[in-house]
Amino acid sequence: MKKLFFESPAVSSKRENKMAKIVVEVMLKPEILDPQGNAVAAALPRLGFTFAQSVRQGKRFEIEIEGEPTSTQLAEVEKAAEVLLSNPIIENFVVRVEA
Amino acid sequence: MTLDTVSIAQTTPDNVQPFAELGLKPDEYARIKEILGRRPTSSELAMYSVMWSEHCSYKSSKVHLKQFGEKAPKSDALLVGIGENAGVVDIGQGYAVTFKIESHNHPSFVEPYQGAATGIGGIVRDILTMGARPIAIMDPLRFGPADAPDTRRVLPGIVAGVAGYGNCLGLPNIGGEVTFDVTYAGNPLVNALCVGVMKHSDIKLAKAAGAGNLVVLYGAKTGGDGIGGVSVLASETFGAGGSSKRPSVQVGDPFVEKILIECSLEIFAEDLVVGIQDLGGAGLSCATSELASGGSGGMKVVLDKVPLRDPSLSPEEILMSESQERMCAIVEPAKIDRFLEICKKWDVTVTVIGEVTDGDRLEITWHGALIVDVPPRTVAHEGPVYNRPFAQPAYINEVNSQSVNVPIPKTAAEIKAAVIKLAAAPNLADKSWVTSQYDKYVQGNTIQSQPDDSGMIRIDEETNLGVAISTDANANWSYLNPYQGAKLALAEAARNIATAGARPLAVTNCLNFGSPEDPGVMWQFAETVRGLADGCLEMGLPVTGGNVSFYNQTGPVAILPTPVIGVLGVIQDVRTRTPMSFTKGGHELYLLGSTQPDLAGSEWAFLHNQRVGQAPTADLAREMRLIELLLAGNAFFVAAHDLSQGGLAAGLTEMVLRHKVGATISLANAGLNLLSESPGRVIVAIEPSDTAKLETLATENEIELLKLGSTGGESLIINDTVISLAELSKAHTSTFPNLFG
Amino acid sequence: MRVGVVTFPGTLDDRDAARAVGAAGAEAVSLWHADTDLKKVDAIILPGGFSYGDYLRCGAISRFAPVMQSVIEAANNGMPVLGICNGFQVLCESHLLPGALTRNSDLHFLCRDQELEIVNNQTPWTNSFAKGEQIVIPLKNGEGSFQCDDETLTFLEGEGRVVARYVGGNPNGSRNLIAGITNAKGNVVGLMPHPEHAINPLTGPTAQGLAFFTSILNAMVK
Repeated sequence: MKKLFFESPAVSSKRENKMAKIVVEVMLKPEILDPQGNAVAAALPRLGFTFAQSVRQGKRFEIEIEGEPTSTQLAEVEKAAEVLLSNPIIENFVVRVEA
Repeated sequence: MTLDTVSIAQTTPDNVQPFAELGLKPDEYARIKEILGRRPTSSELAMYSVMWSEHCSYKSSKVHLKQFGEKAPKSDALLVGIGENAGVVDIGQGYAVTFKIESHNHPSFVEPYQGAATGIGGIVRDILTMGARPIAIMDPLRFGPADAPDTRRVLPGIVAGVAGYGNCLGLPNIGGEVTFDVTYAGNPLVNALCVGVMKHSDIKLAKAAGAGNLVVLYGAKTGGDGIGGVSVLASETFGAGGSSKRPSVQVGDPFVEKILIECSLEIFAEDLVVGIQDLGGAGLSCATSELASGGSGGMKVVLDKVPLRDPSLSPEEILMSESQERMCAIVEPAKIDRFLEICKKWDVTVTVIGEVTDGDRLEITWHGALIVDVPPRTVAHEGPVYNRPFAQPAYINEVNSQSVNVPIPKTAAEIKAAVIKLAAAPNLADKSWVTSQYDKYVQGNTIQSQPDDSGMIRIDEETNLGVAISTDANANWSYLNPYQGAKLALAEAARNIATAGARPLAVTNCLNFGSPEDPGVMWQFAETVRGLADGCLEMGLPVTGGNVSFYNQTGPVAILPTPVIGVLGVIQDVRTRTPMSFTKGGHELYLLGSTQPDLAGSEWAFLHNQRVGQAPTADLAREMRLIELLLAGNAFFVAAHDLSQGGLAAGLTEMVLRHKVGATISLANAGLNLLSESPGRVIVAIEPSDTAKLETLATENEIELLKLGSTGGESLIINDTVISLAELSKAHTSTFPNLFG
Repeated sequence: MRVGVVTFPGTLDDRDAARAVGAAGAEAVSLWHADTDLKKVDAIILPGGFSYGDYLRCGAISRFAPVMQSVIEAANNGMPVLGICNGFQVLCESHLLPGALTRNSDLHFLCRDQELEIVNNQTPWTNSFAKGEQIVIPLKNGEGSFQCDDETLTFLEGEGRVVARYVGGNPNGSRNLIAGITNAKGNVVGLMPHPEHAINPLTGPTAQGLAFFTSILNAMVK
C-alpha cells in the first residue's frame, strides 16, 4: 500500500546495530516420503514448467544475532538444530552464516 | 510527513486529504468535517473511512434491515437481539446459546486459504465475545462452475482454510453447503456460522461503562494485516485485473485464537470484565468506537501502548490494522491484576491501552499528541445511511413469463438415467471430499453432522438437552422471486431442524448480493429482506443478527441473490432425535406434503441451463403445520429426511445411500414427481404398525400423505426402474474426487 | 484409580479423554504443561489436539514442557502412558517411542470412522481386547503417517510391538499400516486414532474405544 502516512521513529533506530544472520536449513532425509514435494513436482508441469526431475520441500530458519557469530554460538545453534529445529529421526540439517 | 494531530488539523483546514483513496465519497468527507467542526486528522480519516465502509456501516442495507426489528415476532426466548456481536437465545435449564453467520467472501477469492481461515476466526471471536464457549461451526460455501480451472484453485484452498483453522481451534464442523453456479466464479461465497453456549449469567455485552475503568487490549500483537481490508476489499467490486490486492488480506493464527478462547473463558468465569469486543473488520477503530458508543460515551486511548509486531506501523495503520486474534476488554481497576495473571498463565500478550472517561468523546493520543478526538457514535453507529434506488429489473418479467423447458423422463431407462444424473451432479453429489477434512468429533458432543439435514450438539451431558442448526439458501428461487425465495429458504431451514425432532427457535442470516449501486440488485435485496422479515414474523422466529455482503460482482455480472438463512432449534433429549435414514428393511416409506409441477429453479432445470419460470409460492402456515407434525411424529418416526434441491430423486438417493439399505417405491407420474422441487415435503420411514398414527397426524395437521413404498434390499427400485446401490453410490461418490483429486 | 490427562497450550481432546476415563470408572486428574507435579496419578494420557498449533513439527515444542520431564521419568519407571494422536507425536519427539509421524500422504486432514485391528492386547491399555479384535473408532489428523527406518520396523514387528493396525486400506501412508505401537517395556503406547471419541454410539461411531480406558483399570487392579 502506498505510504500515505507518517513513518514511526522505531524504524530508523533499528538500522544502527549490526546484525548477522545464521541460517539453518532442514530437509527430510532422502528415504522419507515427501508428499508436499511430490505435490509441487506434479503441479509444475501443469503450469508449463518441465525442468524438474524431482522436488523436495524443506524448512529454512533465519536466526538473527548481534554482531559476528562466535564459534561457541555456532556450536549452540548446531545443538539447537539437532534438539529442536529438526527431528533427527526423519530430518537432516545444515547450518550456514549469511552476511 | 509529520504526525497529523488535532491541533494541526485545526490550523490547516485546507490540507488535501486522500479520502477518495480510502473509499469515502465527497459528501461523506464533508459530513465528517461538519461533525468535527474542522478537517479530520489523518488518523480520524482512517477511522471514519473503515467504519463508514459498506462492510462495517451497513449504509446500503440499514433502511431495509430495520424491518427485522419492526416486524420482530414476540419471543420470550430472545435474550440479546440485533445490535450486539451476536444474538442470544434462552434454550432452557439456565443455558443460553449464541449463534451468528458471517461472510468473508472477497478475501477468499484473493487468498482462499487465509480468507476462509480468518473468516472462521472472525465469527468464532464474535461468539466468544458474547461470553460463550464456541461449540460448533458450519460453512455454507459457493463456487463458480465445478469444472472451471479457477474453482480448482479456489475450492481446495477454501476448504483447507476452514479445516486448518476450525480443526486447530477444536470446533466440530457440523454442517454446511457446497453449491456451484457460474455467477460465483470470481465471487466465491464463504459464509461461516458459529454456535456458542453459556449460562444466562455469563452473557457479556460490548459496552464501556464506568469512568476510570481500564481499556485492555489482549491477544496477538498488531501488524500490517489487512490494512484497508474492509474499505478496499468489501466495498468495491473486483475489476478485471485480479490478485494484486493480496497485501490487504489478513493472516490467521488458530493456535493463538485457541489460547485466546481458553484465556478469555477463564477471565469470564471470574467475572473480570465489564464489557468486551473482539477486533474484526476495522480492528481498533471498530473496537474503541463501538465500546465507547455502547457505554457512557467517553474513552481515552494511548495508541503508542499497542504492542506491535511491526514497529514501522504508523498510527493510522495501527488504527486500520486487521491483525487477527485480538480482543478489547473493559476491566475495573480492582480486577486488573487478576486479569493480567490469567493472561500470563496462558502466555497471552496483554496491555492496558486506555481508560473509560466521564465525557462523550473518544480521544486517542500518540506519544502525547492528540491525534483523534471524535464523538464515538458518529464513527460506530451514525455512519451514512443510504436509501439506494431500487427497481424491479427487466429480467424478472422475462423469466417469470417463460416456462421451464426440460425433458421429463418416462421409460425405466430414462428414469434411471435421470436419478443417476442428479446423484452425480456437483450440487447434489456426495461431499465427503470436503467434509472429511473437517473434525466433527472434537468436544465429544456431536450428535449429527454432515450429511444429515441439520447439525446437532448435545449441550448438557446429564439431561441430554441439545440444539440443532441448519443453514439453507436457494439462489435459483431467489433469482426468480427474491421475496418468495427468502421465505422458502427460511421454511427449509426450519423444516430441517424439525425433521430431527428439534423445535425451531431463532434465525440468523447472511445476505450475499451484487452491487447495491445497481437498482436491480438493490431491488433483489429489498425484496429478500421484506420476504425474510415477513416470513419470520409469520413463523414466530426472531432474527437475532446476521451479516450483509454486497459487491459480490465482477464487472456487470452479479451473483445470484443468495440469502443464507440459519435456523437454530432446541431438542429436549438428543437421544430421541429422529435420524435422517433407516438402517434396515421392513419399514414403510411415506411422503409428507404435496407435489406440484415445480421445476422452475430446480436442479433438473439448472442442469438443462433453464433459469426461467416462477418460483413456488411459500405457504408458511402449511410449513408450520408440517413442523408440528414432525415434532409430534418424532416419538415414532424411524427416520425423516427433508426434500430440497434434487427433489424426491435426490431425497431417496440420499436416504438409501446413508446406511446402504435400499427401497422399493411405487410412484405415479414418476418422471415429474421425482424431479419436482415443491417445498414443504419430507420423506418419513415408520414401522408398519404405526401407519394409523401417521395418518392421524397427517389429517390433524392437514398435510398430504402419500405412501411411497418400503425399505430393504440392495437397490433403489422405482416402479420398474432398478438401480443397484453399488451403481448409485459410484455415481454419487465419484464426482468430487474426479473434480478435485 | 487416578489417570492424569495432560493439557498443553492448544491441546483439544483433553476433556474428551477425561470424560472417557470417567466413563471407565477411574478419576481423571488434570495435569498442566508448565507444572512438574504429576499429582500421584497411576497412569497418564497425552491427549489429541494441536499443541502449540503443530508449529515447527507436531509435538516438537510440547516435548520440552516441564511436565514432560516428569512424564519421561515416570514412563522409564514403568508408569503406563497413552499418547493419542498429538500425544503419540509428543511421545515420538520425546523418544519414548521410536519413529515419527509425518504429513498424511495425500496432504489432506482426514476425519473418518476407521477400522482397526488390535494386534497386541498385552499392554495396560489394550488388555480388554481379544487379540486380533477389529473395532471402529474415529481417525482425525493431518500428520498421521508413521515412518521409521527399516531396522526399527524389523524390531517393532519382530518383537510384537505393533499395537494396532489400519484395516481396509491405508488412510495416511503409515508403514505397514501401523496405527499404534508400544515401547520395549510395554507400558508406553502411542495410538493415532481416537478411542475417547468412541465411548458412546450417541456421539461416536461405536462404543468400542471405551475398552482402552477400562484396560488401564484392569491393569491397575492386578
